[in-house]
Amino acid sequence: MAKKTIRNIPQERTAIATQGSKERIGNFNEVTLGYSLEDTLIEAERCLMCPQEPCVPGCPVSIDIPGFIQKICDQDFRGAYDVLAESTLLPAICGRVCPQEDQCEGVCVVARHLEPVAIGRLERYVGDMAITEGWVSEPEIEPNEHKIAIVGAGPAGIACAADMAKAGCDVTIFEALHRPGGVLTYGIPEFRLPNPVIDAEFNKVLELGVKVECNTLVGRLFTIDQLRNEMGFDAVFIGTGAGYPSFMGIPGESLNGVLSANEFLTRCNLMQAGEFPSKDTPLGLGRKVVVIGAGNTAMDAMRVSLRLGADEVHCLYRRTSAESPARVEELHHAKEEGVMFQWLTAPLEILGDEENNVRGLRCIRMELGEPDTSGRRRPVPITNSEFEFKCATVIYAIGTNANPIIGQTSKLKLNKWGYIETDDEQCSSLAGVFAGGDIVTGSATVILAMGAGRRAAQSMKKYLGINDPVDMEVSDPNQRRIFGIDARQKRFARVRLPEQDRVA
Amino acid sequence: MYEILAREDFSEVTFLLEVHYPLLARAARPGQFVIVMLHADGERIPLTIADYSVERGSFTLVVQAVGKTTNEMQQNCQVGSRLYAVVGPMGIPSHIGELNKVICVGGGLGVAPVYPQARALKERGAYVIGIVGFRNKDLIFWQEKFENVCDELIICTDDGSAGLKGLVTDGIKRAVDQHQDIDEVVAIGPPVMMKFCAEATRPHGIKTVVSLNPIMVDGTGMCGGCRVAVGGEMKFCCVDGPEFDAHQVDFDDLMNRLARFRPEEKQAYERWAQSDNCRLVQEEPNIH
Repeated sequence: MAKKTIRNIPQERTAIATQGSKERIGNFNEVTLGYSLEDTLIEAERCLMCPQEPCVPGCPVSIDIPGFIQKICDQDFRGAYDVLAESTLLPAICGRVCPQEDQCEGVCVVARHLEPVAIGRLERYVGDMAITEGWVSEPEIEPNEHKIAIVGAGPAGIACAADMAKAGCDVTIFEALHRPGGVLTYGIPEFRLPNPVIDAEFNKVLELGVKVECNTLVGRLFTIDQLRNEMGFDAVFIGTGAGYPSFMGIPGESLNGVLSANEFLTRCNLMQAGEFPSKDTPLGLGRKVVVIGAGNTAMDAMRVSLRLGADEVHCLYRRTSAESPARVEELHHAKEEGVMFQWLTAPLEILGDEENNVRGLRCIRMELGEPDTSGRRRPVPITNSEFEFKCATVIYAIGTNANPIIGQTSKLKLNKWGYIETDDEQCSSLAGVFAGGDIVTGSATVILAMGAGRRAAQSMKKYLGINDPVDMEVSDPNQRRIFGIDARQKRFARVRLPEQDRVA
Repeated sequence: MYEILAREDFSEVTFLLEVHYPLLARAARPGQFVIVMLHADGERIPLTIADYSVERGSFTLVVQAVGKTTNEMQQNCQVGSRLYAVVGPMGIPSHIGELNKVICVGGGLGVAPVYPQARALKERGAYVIGIVGFRNKDLIFWQEKFENVCDELIICTDDGSAGLKGLVTDGIKRAVDQHQDIDEVVAIGPPVMMKFCAEATRPHGIKTVVSLNPIMVDGTGMCGGCRVAVGGEMKFCCVDGPEFDAHQVDFDDLMNRLARFRPEEKQAYERWAQSDNCRLVQEEPNIH
């Protein structure tokens, strides 16, 4: 076959089918339907297999992206899954929720001239197929003596657990909630990430021998210190997230009908409050909902509100759509579904009725002034522009702070905001204790947390003296192939027969 | 784990459950609470730990059947059955300092959870005055347990059928009149009771600690549903509390927020009471 060039690849990025916006706000089914086999094969052809491979370092977990796309082109989907599984056990999840436009797709060579290769959609296709077909990656694990504790069954903890289990350690994840998954379970709604997908991919982690203890609040049931010194764990990874929601401190925040997006989403996703009263957890959603903030969490809260029957859902943001931290796709979906955006608007006070319920907001219009330290233009209030806005529910989606429990119950060094201090290799101030994800960086993304979990696993192995010859090449793309063999394939000691033998 | 080892019914609505959970029994400290789920579709409800025993590998809850979940607990949590989930201990333990003389006040639901504090204070060598309030004589429980850890015990009943006729605040008044050297008051009970306890001690400038019981979901600091106003600041009861300086707490705010789901609570209870799962209906006396 002729060498692929920017001229001879399919010029258009393959479109993805979605549920129509009218239809979808009446259900919790997935909005983005995924590629067909044909779509997948066409889109895979758009990858130039360029020698630079900027997408690989562009991925926080360093997936061999050209490697798995090549397998798709060869129609070897099982092979594609095996390439993915070397770096991530959650391709169906990451294919759905990663901000690829800022990562792999953002640096794709094709994007210099055309739309980038839809790497996320291809990853999702392979991940979904692995679930349907029941594929398991079966690394040959050589058990060792090391016992590892992981605190928090969210993305960071899952990624760290998987790598440590592959390295042969006896791994236990401790989770405070009654279901594992962290933000994947309590935060991201069904229509973006269906629960069966989470369960299926989480099961792959369990198949590596990882144990999970739910309903276990580390710090209170036992401390990090006890894990290390009494319970015989050789190393601990902390990935407890940043879920301590922020409020603004304006009057009226304790009125009934004001809640954090975390509370709203936890009630809806984890506790299934949308099915009250057949499920016990209530929600008490008003007909007219205002969400303050315009990030991904805000989009999720608004789109859930619409699906639960709110008549009107408004987004209040003090800057404009250009400054919104939400993914373009999320913003687009929210608009399509009928969310009304009140850009350049800030709340001053939440107004209540005599029964202490929310009846509205007093707001002020803003304009953009000079850029602030974040480089975004600072919103400045316009004098005499105050107005009242009627609503029954106010949801805060303006970010979260560090969860204080581990800090309260350990001697770990925290920074001034309460996040755990680590070095570049995720080592905390205590020997044998590693941390990563939002509890280190503050609110970020699923995939960045997974990246941190994997980095922590590398450090842990170093700390425990586990030899993992493969890993030195991970960050160095030039050394990845030794004698024409992908060095990382060594991690999976499965014997690979030559092609012809396999056919026979 | 989570198996119910013993149960005792104190009244038509109040009952005690002793739950098997050795690890939690080891970790629990006075002032802490747990979150309980009855079944997979259940809600997460916070309950203050009333007692714990390392030897028995268990902890104790005293529950009042008020809504759907607690009524369901009253009906279904029999010895040998299991709770679906228990997580804890949660919250910052009580600060059991070197105190000389302390009043421990418990009213209604708060009688049981103030017991571990009284016991811990007694063990630290404090002179403990217990004040416990009930509606009438028949509802009194744990009198002997309290007598064992209190140097003085004042029982208050609304109708005077036992002890002092009046509210726990009358008990506080009596104790404060008799003892000029009280270091601290610990008061646990319904919000309105704690509010009046705070008012009873404020003029005397006696440090008063209360344990708050707002609505919670996760109990780990994640949802912010349990936010309370303390000294003009917002605090999350689950991770910043549950105990706070009573003279700083905005109890009206707490009471307003506790009413947040009142219509839903009523709806859930009525729906359950009329369903096949509820034996309130099924166990009507057989006429034959």
